[in-house]
This record gives sequence, structure tokens and C-alpha cells, in this order.
Amino acid sequence: MSGVGALGKDLLGLEDLSGDQIRLILDTAEPFKEISERAIKKVPTLRGSTIVNLFFEASTRTRVSFEFAEKRLSADTVNVASSGSSVSKGETLVDTARNLEAMRIDMVVIRHGASGAARFLAERIESNVINAGDGTHEHPTQGLLDMLTLRDNFGHLDGLKICICGDVLHSRVARSNIWGLRKMGAEVAVCGPRSLLPNAIGEMGVTVFEHIEDAIQWADALNILRLQLERMQAGYIPSLREYNRVFGVSRERLERAPKDLLILHPGPMNRGVEIDSDVADGPHSVILNQVTNGVAVRMAVLYLLAGGKPELAEAAKGGGR
Amino acid sequence: MTTPATLLRGGRIVDPSQNHDAVGDLLLVDGKVEAIGRVGEVRRDGDALETIDCSGLIISPGFVDVHCHLREPGREEVETIASGARAAAAGGFTAVCAMPNTDPVTDNQAAVGFIIRQATRAGAARVYPIGAISIGEQGKTLAEFGEMVSAGAVAVSDDGKPVVSAQLMRTALEYARTFGIPVADHCEEPTLAANGAMNEGIVSARLGLKGIPAEAEEIMAIRDILLARRTGGHIHLCHMSTRGSVELIRWGKERGIHVTAEVCPHHLSLTEEAVEGYDTNAKMNPPLRTADDVAALQEAVKDGTIDLIATDHAPHHYDEKEREFADAPNGIVGLETALAVNLTWLVHGGVMDITTLIERMSCAPARVFRLDGGTLRRGSVADVTVFDPDAEWTVDPERFVSKGRNSPYAGRTLRGRVELTVVDGRVIHRRQH
Amino acid sequence: MPSRQTTVLDARAMDRVLRRMADEIVENNNGTDDLIIVGIQRRGVQLAGRIVRYINDREKVDVPSGALDITLYRDDLQTVGPRPVVGPTDLPWAIDGKHVIIVDDVLYTGRTVRAALDELADFGRPKRIGLAVLIDRGGRELPIQPDVVGKAVEIARGERIDVFVEELDGKDAVVVAATGDA
Repeated sequence: MSGVGALGKDLLGLEDLSGDQIRLILDTAEPFKEISERAIKKVPTLRGSTIVNLFFEASTRTRVSFEFAEKRLSADTVNVASSGSSVSKGETLVDTARNLEAMRIDMVVIRHGASGAARFLAERIESNVINAGDGTHEHPTQGLLDMLTLRDNFGHLDGLKICICGDVLHSRVARSNIWGLRKMGAEVAVCGPRSLLPNAIGEMGVTVFEHIEDAIQWADALNILRLQLERMQAGYIPSLREYNRVFGVSRERLERAPKDLLILHPGPMNRGVEIDSDVADGPHSVILNQVTNGVAVRMAVLYLLAGGKPELAEAAKGGGR
Repeated sequence: MTTPATLLRGGRIVDPSQNHDAVGDLLLVDGKVEAIGRVGEVRRDGDALETIDCSGLIISPGFVDVHCHLREPGREEVETIASGARAAAAGGFTAVCAMPNTDPVTDNQAAVGFIIRQATRAGAARVYPIGAISIGEQGKTLAEFGEMVSAGAVAVSDDGKPVVSAQLMRTALEYARTFGIPVADHCEEPTLAANGAMNEGIVSARLGLKGIPAEAEEIMAIRDILLARRTGGHIHLCHMSTRGSVELIRWGKERGIHVTAEVCPHHLSLTEEAVEGYDTNAKMNPPLRTADDVAALQEAVKDGTIDLIATDHAPHHYDEKEREFADAPNGIVGLETALAVNLTWLVHGGVMDITTLIERMSCAPARVFRLDGGTLRRGSVADVTVFDPDAEWTVDPERFVSKGRNSPYAGRTLRGRVELTVVDGRVIHRRQH
Repeated sequence: MPSRQTTVLDARAMDRVLRRMADEIVENNNGTDDLIIVGIQRRGVQLAGRIVRYINDREKVDVPSGALDITLYRDDLQTVGPRPVVGPTDLPWAIDGKHVIIVDDVLYTGRTVRAALDELADFGRPKRIGLAVLIDRGGRELPIQPDVVGKAVEIARGERIDVFVEELDGKDAVVVAATGDA
């Protein structure tokens, strides 16, 4: 049941999508939110479809979210967990791709440590490929669910002021958010130590705040990134304690804001490092809404990518209501 | 079949070493240039004469590539000295210098001798070995420059790797003076460049790839230039890629420091944008940089700040390149596309004339590395390249003579093509029609 | 391109028919107890809204109503081409033990109703499900029959029937027109 719909064959990133396509995904996610509120959280839409979750990096929350999305659409899912790159462990990505194709998989959800891995796979197999995070490049479904959550709260995205706080240099979530939000007309800023911002950040169309206090004065919402310990080559910042003291989002800092800031975080959180607990659990945190929206957004993406085959549509034209 | 005499007739003979540029005939006898004259005026009586019609073509001193990787010993499945020497011939090169990062490293006289022997057996382009600066290219102990030179090495380098220790580079520059050879350095500051996969800039930020900043090259370039000043040695800077490096070389030359530099065709024609889509055939070290860097390098080759053009031909196996970008090895092949790329971007692109290009591809490399060739003076070796500067052809790596297929120019239509390559008066390559 | 058109029901006729349908529904149910009226997206929803208003006016009650989008339950999703837009489903009532009346504008092959039945089954187990359609144009491909019909219309080959509602189309009408492919 793999096909080409309004999004093309794959979802590799938000940089390649138009504002209309992003809007289509967000609008499509609305009815899927409702399904997750039902007693029977299932629709037969992708019945008979086979989806492989190919996770080369450990991730419970994203994988589980995709699994729920797939199962709620009645698809058959298989989880394949592998660790390491092509070089270090067993089968190369190319061979993995060929094997999947030989098994006639309809869709692959891939998370991999190398930037460009999702595209690498998509160029070599006919199945739909969904990027669940490739290296430091993009994490499109996260960007989409962040936007959906913002839209839920503010009713719109254009003109909103969003500041992404933290390790932008190593963050695929940050990149997807920057591309997606800008396409939807929002104003985007980043805030963090310069050693954790890409050197070319000035060319990415965002404002840079050196100090978190200034970001808080300006923003409507903060998207607080996890300080990625596992990705940092040692030495970008001296210590977590200093990071928290200089850049941490605390209740005291938020109290000095001119308005109530919405707080987002892609998770998992380092409480007491980039975000304090009373902020994470506070009244303006929508972190749990992000999780709920994540399943709906992923269902929408799966639904839209598994577009039907138009040539069969011609033949079936006689049928109707 | 060797004939004692060959006449190349009716071509435009361009020899920058003699300021010669005229249509005429070139006579080669017993492996040496015998005479240049106007068409029909060069005569030879007696022995059999092979006449080759070169009308519409350019006849130049043979091209010399001072920087290529022939992978033998150690990686013969990817290239051998024979296949590399033949690929060089197909690219119009009458001589190449082979870098020592083989397996085992070419760091002693036996290894140097092996390469010479393999090259002689191949009977294609001349292959001059470059010996390692340090044993095993480990950057610790000096290799035996003297022994390697007497076995046939023409320079020393730890290419593939930078010489990290300034003290070692200093010693190498001093020690090399005894043998009159250049020390060639791959300029890369290892802590800045670590794990980098492409140029650091907006493209790397968008693609989520770790970048190598221009400073990683420039810091080592100026270090080497300063050490050349202190020691009076000859430093040759490999594959320059940034505007900043060009400015530093200019600074050094203005002060009479013995620094020479090379640039590769890909850094004169492609930018970091070639990496879009994570194309591993655009991955090499130093990486492709910005349009501004390309412009600075083109200008530098034109005005001579950068002395010569070398290919850094680096074949890799298809499987190695068919990988996630960050894991793919660095390097592209270049012997068979160098002339066409240079003609298309530099000459047809209006940056310089053909004479200057030939100077940078033949005369200068021979002069800087003190090799035979690079000239068509009477009595010099009969190493000649004949080429059509305008012929259009589409690059198809499957048809390369080299075993390597990793070229970023695949599918592109280029202008300029080698017709004939002659070494020692013997035709070692003739284009199939 | 202007084609030969016949107005089967104009606004006033449509209004009369809907009132009669509302009465029939109440009659079949012997009152309004346990009644839930559910319209199928899209125009079934507007028609259901009218019917609910008429019932409420007549019987002085407040009959619960809802909307159902059956896109995700269609049996032709593989062949239909790019994904159709999914509309909202709004069924906040417990339907166990209730008498659910599905309301749609046109009944043709019956596949839409089949999809609606599947979807309702995921919400609960009604005591009874009934079907009320404004137009029955015949041509069933499944064994599905309406309980309340506004008007039965014969459609020739090369013709189509369209229902227009004020809320979406600016007018109330039922029109038969030539499709252009005979």
C-alpha cells in the first residue's frame, strides 16, 4: 500500500516541504486527535499495511509513539533495533534497504545516527520512508507536533514568536522547528552559548539571543532543548551547573516575563539542567500535550504518505456512495 | 611498437617554457625533442618516421601531476600503479608523483624501489614516488630521506595526514635541504577538523554535518610558511582550498620565503553546494568550499600565487562510498577529468588563457619538483600531450581507465579532451575514436 | 459547461420532504426516547441538523446529534488516489443501547453506509441503527436498505444527482445533471 500522495513518497524533513504541505499535515492531524480519545482507538485505514520501525539509535518515546500511530491505523508493525553505523556492526545500510525491499515492506520509519541516512534509504527503496531523526539533520514529526501544539494554544502560527533554547548545534529538533515555523510565518529565535550554535546561524533566518532573559522578554513560547550529553564532543560548555545557572529556564526567570510563556520540550528532560521541575510541571507547560499530539501527527503523516494508486483510481471510478 | 622517430604535424605548439605558441611540427627522435618548426619544414631523412596528424589540436609539454594516490601496495582492488599510470596517460599526464600513504607506508628505500619497478613494468606514465616524512606516517620519527631519494623519491610528504608536530616539520624542512627536495604538507589542524565531513558553513549547518572551518587549513599553512622562513627549506603546500590560504601564500612569497603551492581542479570548479543530497562523490579533504574561495583560488592560479595544479587523484571502492555521508571515505578520482575541468572552468570560463594553464599543469610542476619534462626545448625528454581544447564529451565513470569511479563530474558535459600522450617518444595513450 | 439540468427538489420541496422524514423517524421510533441522529460528512451533517431541529420543535425535546466522517473507514482508500481530506467526527454520546439514525444526502452503492456502520461499531453497540436518506438513486452494490427515504430518483447513464445545502452551497436544491461521459 505504498503510494505517492500530496506529500510525495517520503517525509525526510521540513526544509523540503511547502507551507501548504505542512498545513495539510497539521489539519489532517485534527481528526486523528479525536480517535485517540475514543474507547476503541482504532480505525481500519492502513489495514494490511506493513510498517517497519528501523531504529539504529535507542529511543523509547519516539518509537512507541510511532508504534501507537501505526497500530491505531490497523497497520502491522515490526520493530527492528540495531545499533552502530554501517562500519561498526554487521549489515550495511544499503543491504538493510535491499532486504526490506525484498520483504515488500510498505513503509519504513527510520531513526539513525548519521545525517542523511533517511534520504540514503529513501533513494534506494520504493517503500515510503519516514525520518524519525537522522543524525543532527532533521526530526520532522517532532517539528510538526511542536507546531500543532503551538497552534492548539494560540490558534495560529504566523506572527508567533518562538525561541528555541539550548544546544542548537547538535539538534535535529531545532532544525526541523526552524524550517517548519518559518515556512508557517512564525518568527524564530535561538538562545544558547555560542559554542552550541552553528557558526552559520546568522544565515538561517533566526534572531540570536545571547541571554535567556532577553529571549524570555521577547518570546510567546520557548522550546527548550535537552542538553544532549550523548552527542556533545566534550568541552562545548564547562559544566551542567553553569549551564543551568546561566541558561536554565527557571520559575524566577519566567516570572519576569511580560506575558505567560508557553513551555515546550521535546523530551526527555534533564530536570535541573535546561529546565527546572516547577517549570516543566507548571501551568504553562504543554509538554504532555506534545506527546499526545505526537501520536496524532504521526497518524496523519502515515495516512497522507500511504496515498492510493491513481491508476487504480481511474479503474475504480464507477464506484461511489 | 616503437619507432625511433615520431613527427607530430600541424598542431598548435604551445610551450610556455620557451614562449612558443605557433602552429607547426614537432619532431621526436630517440626519446628526445629533436626539433620544432613550421608546418612541413621539419625534415628527417633516413630512419622510419611515424607521422601523426595533429591539425586542430594543441601540442604541449606533457602534463605532470605532483599529487596522486595509486593505492599500491595495499589496496590493489581500488587502484594499482599500473592502472593508475594508464589512467594518468588517458588524462594526458606523462608523469605523476605517487603519495606514500600506501599500506605499508612508503617510508624506506625498498618501498620506493618497489614503486619504481612497478611503474617501469606498467610502461605508461612515469611514476615518481614521494617518500613519507615520518616512519609509518606516524608523525614521530623522521624517515630516511637520503635512502629514499637515492632509490628514486622526488619529495617527502605525510599526505593523508597533517604533520601535527611543528618541531617535526621544522626538522623535516631542515633535513630535506641536503637532498634538495620539497617537503609537501597536507594542511589540517586536527582538533579543529576532527570528525568534520564538509566545509563549515551554512550548508553544513543545514545538512547537520560537522564542518571543517577554513582556519583548520590556514593555521597550518602559516605555520609551515613561518618554518620555511626560519629553516630556508622548501615547503610545498598541498591542495589549497581557501581564500585565506591564498593570502598567506602571497604574504610568504612577498617576503622571499621558499613556499610553493598547489590547487586541485575540483577546488577550482565546485563549491560546498555539490554536497546537497549527501552525495559522497563530493566528499574529500580538504572539502569543497564557498564560491568566494573558488574565485580566490582561480585568481591565484592565474597570477601564479598558486604555482601549479595537481589532481589529488584518490580512488575508492564503490562500496566504501555507498554509505552514510559521515562514514564515507574522503577523496575523488581526478586524472581523467583534470584537463577537461580546467579547460571548461578556467580557459573557456575566461579566467586564463591556454598558455597559462599549460604552464600550471606542466612547466611549473616539473620545475617545482625538479623533474624532467615540462618543456619542449630541443634535447629535453619527449614527453608530450596532444589535446583538443574544444571537444565536448560527457563524463561516464564506467568508462574510466582508473579502477576508481568516484567522480563528482559524472554525467556532466565538459569541453576539452586528450588525444595523444607521449612518453620518451613512445605513444602511451591514443584516444579511441 | 452548461448541461441539461433538472431540478428534482427546489428549496421549498426539500423543506417539506425533510419535515416528513423527521416525522417518519419519530413515528418509526414510537417517540424520541433513545434517539440519536448522526449525519455523515459532509452534507448529511447539515441535513441531520435540519431534521433534529424539526423533531425538537415538534416534540419539544432536545434530541442528541452527532457527525461522522467515514473517510478512514472507506474500502477504496488504496485506489482512490491522493488521500482524501478527513473531516471531523463528533460523537460525544454513548451509543450503547440507543437507536441511532444515520442521515445522508444520497444513497447509491451503499458503501458509505457500510463504512458508517463499521465506524459506529467502534463507538459502541446501539440497540438499533436506522438509515434516513434524502435521495435514493438505486444502484446498490451491497445489501443495504434505507428506512426513511425523502425521494427515490432514477438516474440514467451519463447523469449525476447533486444535493445542495444552504450552509455549504448557498442554496437548497436537488439537481440532476448530465455528467458528460455517457
